Amino acid sequence: MRYSALSLLGNAFSKNKNWKPAWRNPDPKPRYDVIIIGGGGHGLATAYYLSKVFGVRNVAVLEKGYLGSGNIGRNTTIIRSNYLLEGNNPFYEFSMKLWEGLEQDFNFNAMVSQRGVINLYHSDVQRDAYTRRGNAMRLHGVDADLLNRDQVREKLPFLDYDNARFPIMGGLMQARGGTVRHDAVAWGFARGADQNGVDIIQNCEVTAIDRDGDQITGVQTTRGAIKCGKLAMAVAGSSSHVAQMVDMRLPIESHALQAFVSEGLKPFIDTVVTFGAGHFYVSQSDKGGLVFGGDIEGYNSYAQRGNLACVEHVAEAGMAMIPALSRVRILRSWGGIMDMSMDGSPIMDRTHIGNLYFNGGWCYGGFKATPASGYCYAHLLATDRPHETATAFRMDRFARGYLLDEKGVGAQANLH
Amino acid sequence: MSSLVKCPHCGSRPREEFTVRGEVATPRPVAGADESIWFDHVYLRDNPRGQHREYWHHSGGCRRWLVLDRNTVTHETSNVVDASTLKAEGRA
Repeated sequence: MRYSALSLLGNAFSKNKNWKPAWRNPDPKPRYDVIIIGGGGHGLATAYYLSKVFGVRNVAVLEKGYLGSGNIGRNTTIIRSNYLLEGNNPFYEFSMKLWEGLEQDFNFNAMVSQRGVINLYHSDVQRDAYTRRGNAMRLHGVDADLLNRDQVREKLPFLDYDNARFPIMGGLMQARGGTVRHDAVAWGFARGADQNGVDIIQNCEVTAIDRDGDQITGVQTTRGAIKCGKLAMAVAGSSSHVAQMVDMRLPIESHALQAFVSEGLKPFIDTVVTFGAGHFYVSQSDKGGLVFGGDIEGYNSYAQRGNLACVEHVAEAGMAMIPALSRVRILRSWGGIMDMSMDGSPIMDRTHIGNLYFNGGWCYGGFKATPASGYCYAHLLATDRPHETATAFRMDRFARGYLLDEKGVGAQANLH
Repeated sequence: MSSLVKCPHCGSRPREEFTVRGEVATPRPVAGADESIWFDHVYLRDNPRGQHREYWHHSGGCRRWLVLDRNTVTHETSNVVDASTLKAEGRA
């Protein structure tokens, strides 16, 4: 059923008894042309674009838990395309353009809110770096505005402008950045893919990958063996774990990152704002809760939870930026597992095994990339060539020395 | 994370005294080693789900470098030894 004002009205008259589940819950078929491991945002988006744009419909998405139980439901929901490097910027801008048309495209309310993203700067040097990044964005056709102190103060009056160590001098704003309701992204892509005939199979964990020489023949799962023509990994967080099934070692470490939400407050912060003197980013949800986060925990982890030391660290950074946060209570925190790649950028490429494809290494920036990651990965799966905006995310760039070091940081806290 | 970590020199100490450095990788290759060996050493990781052998620094205690096993799912730590024992065995 297509959602519309009319369908809402019709179902209201029938007392909302006739709504159907948004997607089927099928049993796995014996064989698919393409199996996507991982029913997170990127896997579902890949299935959606694969079936919609590239006409590949005999597709299964295997999810070890339930839809939305991984990183797609564990992030701080920020979207932006304020990147510097040529290998990154066109890709993230492509993603931003897909976000802008996404709700009409997949007929689902994902609450895309382009409320603006402001990165604060606290020194002349940082202003110069932001000016450079803003100029690079504009050269790529992306919107960017350098705000001075008064312009930032007008938008965000509650910041600690006269902090003795880190006075706020201004900010780089991308007005088209913003937030999206993250669960709805998973649901929208899942529903769209399902309507195109994709089987979304939940509670189905891949336990082994079957090979015949240098070809993948299928996978063993907790719901039986399934054969496939092509196998596509989209399991960021657990990439090394799955790659190990075919004896692949990756330039990736798994780290836990926490996100937090406060009690509901009256409208207070109406953009996304990030601290330039520490790692802290915050926005306010439509329910009023402040949604914020900071650094990764700093040690390899596959546990979807963090430690109190990091809670304290994030709270301190938040209070250094917004002193009023001292009186706000944190309601919840949760953790997700990040694929931290060695240069801080993602990998989307074929592998040394002919029909095995890899998508991962998103570090803590995977959410904003969801639609473009799905589109470009679908392009790679369908045509065996990378999409024109995703040519830099090669697996062999580490060995060849072509790192995509957007921020010049490594996988762990001590390499930041 | 384990709240207490058994330092071989100081006994059971709170986890906050320690700094985690990361995976105990293969020994550093010789300077003239093949590029593929250097690539492997610098970039590739085992990154296991389960037991992970890693370097820790007892930065708030005896300041010795330690090697221990930590489970990357439960964060339980075990088999803590001084890093010099690995060196003596030629494994670091």
